[in-house]
Amino acid sequence: MSFEDYHGIWVFIEVKDGEVVPVSLELLGAGRELADKRKTELAGVLIGENVTHLADSLFEFGADTVYVYDDAIFRDYRTESYMKALLECCQKYKPEVILYGATSTGKDLASAVATDLPTGLTADSTILDIEEDTGLLLASRPAFGGNIMATILCKKYRPQMATVRPKVMKALTPEPGRKGKLIEEKTSLKEEDIRTKVLEIVRQTTKKVKIDEADIIVAGGKGLGSPNGFKLIHELAETLGGAVGASRDVVEAGWIEHHHQVGQTGVTVTPKIYFAIGISGAIQHIVGMQNSGLIIAINNDPEAPIFQSSHYGIVGDAFEVVPLLIEQFKQVFNREAVDHV
Amino acid sequence: MLHIVACIKQVPDTKIIKMNPKTNTMDRASAPAILNPYDAHAVEEAVRLKKRYGGTVSVLTMGPPPAVKAIKKCIEIGADEGYMISDRAFAGADTLATSYALTKAIEKISKIKSVDLIICGKMTIDGDTGQVGPGIARRLDMPPLTSVNKVKEINVEEGYAVVHRKLEDGYEVIQSTMPCLMSVEKEINEVPYSSMTNMLKAVRYQPIIWAVADLEDVERTQLGLKGSPTIVSKVWAPAKPSGGEMLEGDVSQQTEQLLNILLEKKELFAVKGGDGS
Repeated sequence: MSFEDYHGIWVFIEVKDGEVVPVSLELLGAGRELADKRKTELAGVLIGENVTHLADSLFEFGADTVYVYDDAIFRDYRTESYMKALLECCQKYKPEVILYGATSTGKDLASAVATDLPTGLTADSTILDIEEDTGLLLASRPAFGGNIMATILCKKYRPQMATVRPKVMKALTPEPGRKGKLIEEKTSLKEEDIRTKVLEIVRQTTKKVKIDEADIIVAGGKGLGSPNGFKLIHELAETLGGAVGASRDVVEAGWIEHHHQVGQTGVTVTPKIYFAIGISGAIQHIVGMQNSGLIIAINNDPEAPIFQSSHYGIVGDAFEVVPLLIEQFKQVFNREAVDHV
Repeated sequence: MLHIVACIKQVPDTKIIKMNPKTNTMDRASAPAILNPYDAHAVEEAVRLKKRYGGTVSVLTMGPPPAVKAIKKCIEIGADEGYMISDRAFAGADTLATSYALTKAIEKISKIKSVDLIICGKMTIDGDTGQVGPGIARRLDMPPLTSVNKVKEINVEEGYAVVHRKLEDGYEVIQSTMPCLMSVEKEINEVPYSSMTNMLKAVRYQPIIWAVADLEDVERTQLGLKGSPTIVSKVWAPAKPSGGEMLEGDVSQQTEQLLNILLEKKELFAVKGGDGS
């Protein structure tokens, strides 16, 4: 393998319901920086049915080139069909780096592609950098259950690949009218080559307040002691009109469902106010909420690391602090409301 | 009759593990070794499918000799057989080298009894990648079905499976030919307390243990550290943010200060129910 032959930073462009998902645009932003540093091009790989027109917006978000596979066989995401297209594109154009959003689709595709190439794959990266002269990708992520950060390298194989957490990188402000090179690829895949079929897609959007869109999140951890104690979190969230978040151990203990989990293996959130109550503050949790506007921590352990990542901290018993806060908030909020009538 | 292989791993309990602040390494002695919690759901699902359709459940792990304990835990859940590959040559494997070694073991198991279905947990709690399952599927040329939260149907005669695959905002129903590999979400089932019969069986159970030399057609360069394209170059604790202001005083003084902070952002709260939206 001659590394000289491998050029360019690629982003797998994920499309859902006819639109590019936000993380793909975020990765074009991150990829732009890497490409500029390495003085190489940034390309998007767009796979789907009736997706070619989406390339225009990818150029506006920073792509120099877009490779597109537009065919009815790609109507639904399927590991085998998408993998084969991407592998073919890789073998033809030889990128130095491929980035994927760490979504269910991105992770699924990246794992399969990495095995077939073969190459190394770093999962759930939160920091990316590249060595200007060697092109070595430095992908960092929380490791060992999120207790620490690790930088992962892939020195002997190309392309280098990483999946990247949504909402960690920043998309560029689109530059209207910015153009790039569109390269349309044909696929030789046939339906009978693919061993899976998508029979149905069911969207469930009935959750009360979606945690990744909430302005206020009240998150609780093991410090609340029991599922019963965790009710306090629901109560405060309801009072403030916010969504309920949870730490990993609470979810693993079964106190609340996984879609409430904030952190590396849960959701990354950026609300205007984030309450961390009875949460110690492991790195894997912090990476999921550190970009929140205002972080308030309540914990009875003054040494808890969460206090280092919060704007305001209260050392105290959540079962004393929170009920009092709810009571005072209700009083003041009502009075405030009346004042404005 | 179905033959299901569940791939499992013994992991340090990362929830309670302590880090050595000087070397930034895990102090493994500080945490008990447990069956990876996600893998318990994989084994449980295999056992449930066995009850539904008949068949055998084998579990497979790669690890040092003490990992036998994790296999015994799977026997308690209801697995029939346990296989372990254990050799210094496997040490230091990343996800690519791990999927290679496990694939070689599954090929050997297939010769004893052909494999219809492989089930893995969503990921391990020490590696957090979820990449090994799909890797095994690709190497065995089986369709990888990730994020499975329900197995709707298995049709052994016609050789297909129908599953629900979890998405960020719902799920998709997928039909796949068999054999295939599923990696399953935690919510797919609840692992009940083990029966006394299974617990007694587990006490005496000894898995079949293979070293590299027992496996066939193994390219040693693809194993362990040597076979791993990724390396950890640096481990570091992120610079600690200095932290913000601590609200002092007794409880009511603390909450009062907090309330004033919240009221600076009262426009956020006014939205609630205000216009009935």
